[in-house]
Order: sequence, then structure tokens, then C-alpha cells
Amino acid sequence: MILAEEEVPGYKLLLPEVPEIIWTLIFVIIFAVVFLKFVLPRLNAVLDERAEKIEGGLKKAEEVQQQADDLKATQEEELAAARQEAAGIREKARQDGARIVEEAKVRAESESERVLVAGRQQLSAERQTASAQLHSEVGTLASDLASKVVGESLTDDERSRRVIDRFLDDLESSQTATR
Amino acid sequence: MRLIVIAVVLIVTCVIASRAKLVPGRAQSIVELLIEFVHGTIIQNTLGIREGRRFAPFLITIFFLILSMNLAGVVPGLNLAGTSVIGLPLLLALWTFVTYVVAGVKKHGFAGYLKHETMPPGVPKPIYLLLIPIEFLQVVLIRWASLTIRLLANMVAGHIMMVVFIGLTQGLLLSGTWLILGSPFTGALAIGIFGFEIFVAALQAFIFTMLAAVYIQMATSDEH
Repeated sequence: MILAEEEVPGYKLLLPEVPEIIWTLIFVIIFAVVFLKFVLPRLNAVLDERAEKIEGGLKKAEEVQQQADDLKATQEEELAAARQEAAGIREKARQDGARIVEEAKVRAESESERVLVAGRQQLSAERQTASAQLHSEVGTLASDLASKVVGESLTDDERSRRVIDRFLDDLESSQTATR
Repeated sequence: MRLIVIAVVLIVTCVIASRAKLVPGRAQSIVELLIEFVHGTIIQNTLGIREGRRFAPFLITIFFLILSMNLAGVVPGLNLAGTSVIGLPLLLALWTFVTYVVAGVKKHGFAGYLKHETMPPGVPKPIYLLLIPIEFLQVVLIRWASLTIRLLANMVAGHIMMVVFIGLTQGLLLSGTWLILGSPFTGALAIGIFGFEIFVAALQAFIFTMLAAVYIQMATSDEH
């Protein structure tokens, strides 16, 4: 421009020349067509897709969070149930144990009772046997001794036994009375 | 020269668009940043999301075209903004004009659109005598003419400023007198204006697109 030789009037700046307008029009149309038909739709598609992706991602994150929350709630519920069950089992075990101990105690008591009773019965039976045996032996012994003392007069067995038995019965009854 | 700019911009954006992925690379991020900027700052603030969807492709295309053409002014070797010659601003402004008129007529009908644009409600009747011609002139001429001239004048002014300061620097540097001492200052100013031009390039693209969106919004709105 500084090299411009001839003077150009200023108003010419605002007056378009026909070839310039035509060329500019062609350029603008080319630019506009390419921009409107290719560049912008493509870029807008990408922008929209990205927005969608981000939205989808956010939604998915929310869903996952929800799932995690649900899972946690379920787990806690299960844990509480398990705890309760464990407490129930423990309680039952304690009761069972108490019951078993109680039963064992009762059984042991009855057993000891039984053993005691049996022992006592055996004892009394043995005592009876012993007393019966003693009875006869003492009778024989006493009659033998008496016959030796008084001679042959007591050989009559029948009579002597009666005498001895009476004697022993007296003895026994006196014994019972003194006891 | 414009062919070069258009070819470069189209090839770059096509490559980026055809390789567009969900996880963007750096280049794709920059393009997406610009698109999102036009979407968020310009379109949604003026047209709203629902209406904006219809006009977004048009506005984004205009924004990219103006931005790249403006930036051509600061690319060494090209040196002249595509928008600093009247053809391109004029065509884009007329495109905007057609877009908002068509949108308005589609929405309100032809007469309804004229009434909608030229007779704002809540004004005393006699004022309409004054208002209708002004509004009419504004709709059919002033809007697109101001779009054209604003963009053109900004880019031309920027170009002239750069030329002046770079030329001044060169002249001082080669003067062979004590004026050489002044050349670092003008050189620094030239660099500063270079940076300022980049800012203006983006700003003008933004303003043009913003006004286009506002005009469409005015044409399609239900009430003023």
C-alpha cells in the first residue's frame, strides 16, 4: 500500500467491484457448504455424543451406587439375622446344658437312691439269713451243751428243740425290748 | 489470497472434524472451545437454547469465516485481512439480512413482520409517523450496512495502522540521521499494534456474530 503509485479516492473503499463480489461469493459459498454440511454436523455429533456419554456415565455411577447401597443394606440385614440366630442358638444351648445337667443330677440321685435301697435290702436279707443260720446253729450247740451237762436225758430231739426255740424267742424278744 | 485462507481453514477443520473423537486432542479442543464459545456466549444469551439450535450453524459458520479472514491480516505473507476489502463483509452482512428477514417473515408473515419490526408497542400514536420510517430504514438498510462498515472499517484501520508504524520504523531506521534513535519506539509500537490487531480480529468476529444473533432474535421474538 505504501508502494501505491496513483492516488485512489477514499470513497472507493466502500464500492465493491463486480469481479471481487463474484469471487467472494464463490469463496463464501464453498466455505459455508463445507462448514455447514460436513464440519459442524460432525463436531456437533461428537459434542452431543460426549455429553450423552457423560450423562450416561453419571447415571451409571448413580445406579452402581444404588446397587452398592442395596447390597450393603441386605448384608447388614443378613448380619443382624445371623447375629440373632446365633444368640438364639447360644441361648438354646445354655438351656439344653442346664436341662442335661438337671437330668443327670436327677438320674444320679435316683441311681444312688436305688443303689442305697438295694444295698439295704441285701443287707437285711443277709442279716435274716445270718440270723436264721445262727438260730439253728445256736440251737444245736445249746442242746449239745445241755445234753453234755445233764446227760442223755435230752436226746428226745423233738422236745428239746421246742424248748430251745422258746428260749431263743424269749431271748430275741427281750433283746428287741431292750433295744 | 482469500483462497489460501479458505483452503487452509477448511482443510484444518475438515481434518479435525473427520478425526473428531470423544476424547479430544489439542486441535480438536481448540475448535470445540470456539464452537462452545459461540454457543454459550452468543447464541444462548440472545436466542435462547431452543431458537438457538436453528440458527447455530449459520452463526458459527459466520464466526469462523470472519475470525479466520480477520486473522489473515496478521499472518506474515498474507498481511491483508480478507474482511478489509468490502466484498466479504458486504456479502456476510447481506446473508445475515436475508436470514433474519426470512426468519421474521416465516414467523409473523410478511405484513406481520413489517409491523412487528416498525411498530414497537407502548408508543403514543403520533410518534409512529416518525418511528415507522426510521425503523423501516433501519431494518432494510442500516443494520446490514452498519455490520459491513463496522467490520470493514475496523480491519482497514488496523491494516493502515500497521502499515504506518512498520513503514515509520523502517523509514527511521534507514534515515541515517539521529532519527534512528526513535526507531525502537515505533518498532515496539508496531509490535503492540500487531498484538492489538489479533485482539481486534477476534473482537470483530464476536461483535458481528453477536449482532447477527441479536437481529435474528429481534425478528423472531414475540414481543419487543
